[in-house]
Amino acid sequence: MSYHAFLGGEKFCFSSLKQVLAYASPYRSGDELAGVAAPDPLQRIGAREALANIPLRTFLNEVPVPYETDEVTRLIIDSHDAAAFAPVAHMTVGDLRDWLLDHETDGATLAALAPGLTAEMVAAVSKLMRNQDLVAVARKITVRTAFRNMQGLPGRMGSRLQPNHPVDSLPGIAASMLDGLLLGVGDAVVGINPASDNMANASDILHMLEDVRVRHDIPIQTCLLTHVTNTLQLMERNAPVDLVFQSISGTEEANAGFGISLSVLSEAHMASQSLGRGTVGTNTMYFETGQGSALSANAHHGMDQQTAEVRAYAVARAFSPLLVNTVVGFIGPEYLYDGRQIIRAGLEDHFCGKLMGLPMGCDVCYTNHAEADQDDMDNLMMLLCTAGINFLIAVPGSDDIMLNYQSLSYHDIQTLRSLFGVRAAPEFEEWLIARELVDAKGRIRVNSPSILSGMIPCHD
Amino acid sequence: MTDDRPVSWQGLQARTSARIGLPRAGDTISGAAVREFQYAHVRARHAVSTTLDTSRLNLSQPPIEVESRARDREEYVRRPDLGRQLSDRSRESLPHGQYDVVFVIADGLSALAAEQQGPAVLAAMMPLLTDWRIAPLVVAHRARVALGDEIATCLGARCVVMMIGERPGLRCAESMSLYMTWNPQIGMRDSGRNCISNIHGHGGLSAMAAANALAWLLKTARTRNYSGVNLKDETCTIEQTVRPDPQKMLSDKSGQ
Repeated sequence: MSYHAFLGGEKFCFSSLKQVLAYASPYRSGDELAGVAAPDPLQRIGAREALANIPLRTFLNEVPVPYETDEVTRLIIDSHDAAAFAPVAHMTVGDLRDWLLDHETDGATLAALAPGLTAEMVAAVSKLMRNQDLVAVARKITVRTAFRNMQGLPGRMGSRLQPNHPVDSLPGIAASMLDGLLLGVGDAVVGINPASDNMANASDILHMLEDVRVRHDIPIQTCLLTHVTNTLQLMERNAPVDLVFQSISGTEEANAGFGISLSVLSEAHMASQSLGRGTVGTNTMYFETGQGSALSANAHHGMDQQTAEVRAYAVARAFSPLLVNTVVGFIGPEYLYDGRQIIRAGLEDHFCGKLMGLPMGCDVCYTNHAEADQDDMDNLMMLLCTAGINFLIAVPGSDDIMLNYQSLSYHDIQTLRSLFGVRAAPEFEEWLIARELVDAKGRIRVNSPSILSGMIPCHD
Repeated sequence: MTDDRPVSWQGLQARTSARIGLPRAGDTISGAAVREFQYAHVRARHAVSTTLDTSRLNLSQPPIEVESRARDREEYVRRPDLGRQLSDRSRESLPHGQYDVVFVIADGLSALAAEQQGPAVLAAMMPLLTDWRIAPLVVAHRARVALGDEIATCLGARCVVMMIGERPGLRCAESMSLYMTWNPQIGMRDSGRNCISNIHGHGGLSAMAAANALAWLLKTARTRNYSGVNLKDETCTIEQTVRPDPQKMLSDKSGQ
């Protein structure tokens, strides 16, 4: 179907809903790479005008990837909740934007609405929102999940401790993990990206994490971020698996590029549920996403990268995850060129994830071939904290020595706690107090590494 | 087994090159450590812009040199699609034959990594592949991982090993990855590849260990006639490091 808009006496025409969405997106290098970006700024504003006038119902009939050939489209359409959609069923995308910002539209209303919104509706409305709008609406939404602690409670912000090591040295991983725990990081998850896919090595890492957690009675969950099929094997071999991790994308073909499908995610979800390892909740899945992953697999079907990204959130919400985060600047400058584009994308991803009903976090990060630096990350972390993000990722001194990119530091989490008053998960906070890692004002002390003894394995 | 004796930051820092135990100023990191980080960042940025110099590879025979369709480093960074296609001139420079494997030394995002690690891994590899028909060595400029698929197709090779510079990090701007692809096809998925990463001289995987892991992968792929995520590493030592994807968005760690 074609769409159009009039601005200043000029008519702007668009060949499809997919094109309106792509042209309406703020400029970013990945859309230009895909050849789907608006050819000039006037066309971009024309597309936003056209998009504002499109009824939300249109998105149920015109899908960017065919229903017949894409299981993600089938998931989106088949799981659409018409009753939840009813309050906004008469609205256009432009109406929805203003309604989301209305004071009367509160968090409970938005939570009830989530199953009624499709990924494409959510992507569409985000394109009509400025950065402050993305922050203001996301801040209204609370998404609670739980495993060994409660994530997403109001006034709280979790953190993932990411103690990667270039060759998976167990003492090396343990040393970085110790540093993070002493700085009060890790309640969302202690999650390691292994350098190796070796199964014995994976099992060794999981056992080490389990040993530390049990020895010091820490109310956290641990995760080895390996391929879901590896985690299935590890569960079969009775390795201590808390969470199942997988990178996901927004089309069937892009997910095939990751070597996954909805059925294998479902199998892993059921397997992890059956272990019953959670103490205060049963959310067992952990997903990572990022704008550009579909294009990277040449499986974007002519969609802009932000619309494809929100379709990945439709995949995520089918499995009630404990944690979801966008790895926003990791994929590189060919998708998000500089700090400005990374910051916008981080705010979009967080807003869209929350509006979809997900426990959204972020890896605030950049690579050394992007036009960005730590000042940009400072800006994004503070904006996301204001927006009420569920959790952020942190590594020692901002430097991930295995994946060769920069994220936040453990210290940045402390800075955010001081600046914004956001606290760790209550169970983890109690542990920090009990171990006297924080002072009377709740600030992290300068802690000696001897406080948590017996954490460092003697041998690799 | 864990060590129950008291530990110091100095002792722990010997276990990892990660920035642990940093001195603090209030909540954040002390100024000296912040400035050191900024210096490392600028150095890594420099590695991205450096070009590959074939004379520094010290090869006994001149390799076949090819380039992608990206015209300079700036376009290479912005346009991975061009980095995955051979220039017309390069395509014509690859003579068709019958080979089991072709090795490609490629700049990727760190030409310094390819220069430092490529020849060493290759030298360690050759004695392990005595019964293999090995194509002439190719050196590729402004290359992404998938450029190897077209190189192998032009040469008539059943397998391609891309030895490619990774994204530079702050601790190490000279880390190389090996991407092994059996039955490479133009436009194929990255899940069809196996990766051995973090090959460098600052506490990373050694050239010898990488060669051993690659030899296992090559032999197993030849037996099963496939590569990728279904080829799981069941070897028992950490040295035999194999990774189908970095799991952080799979993605362009080495510029796929």
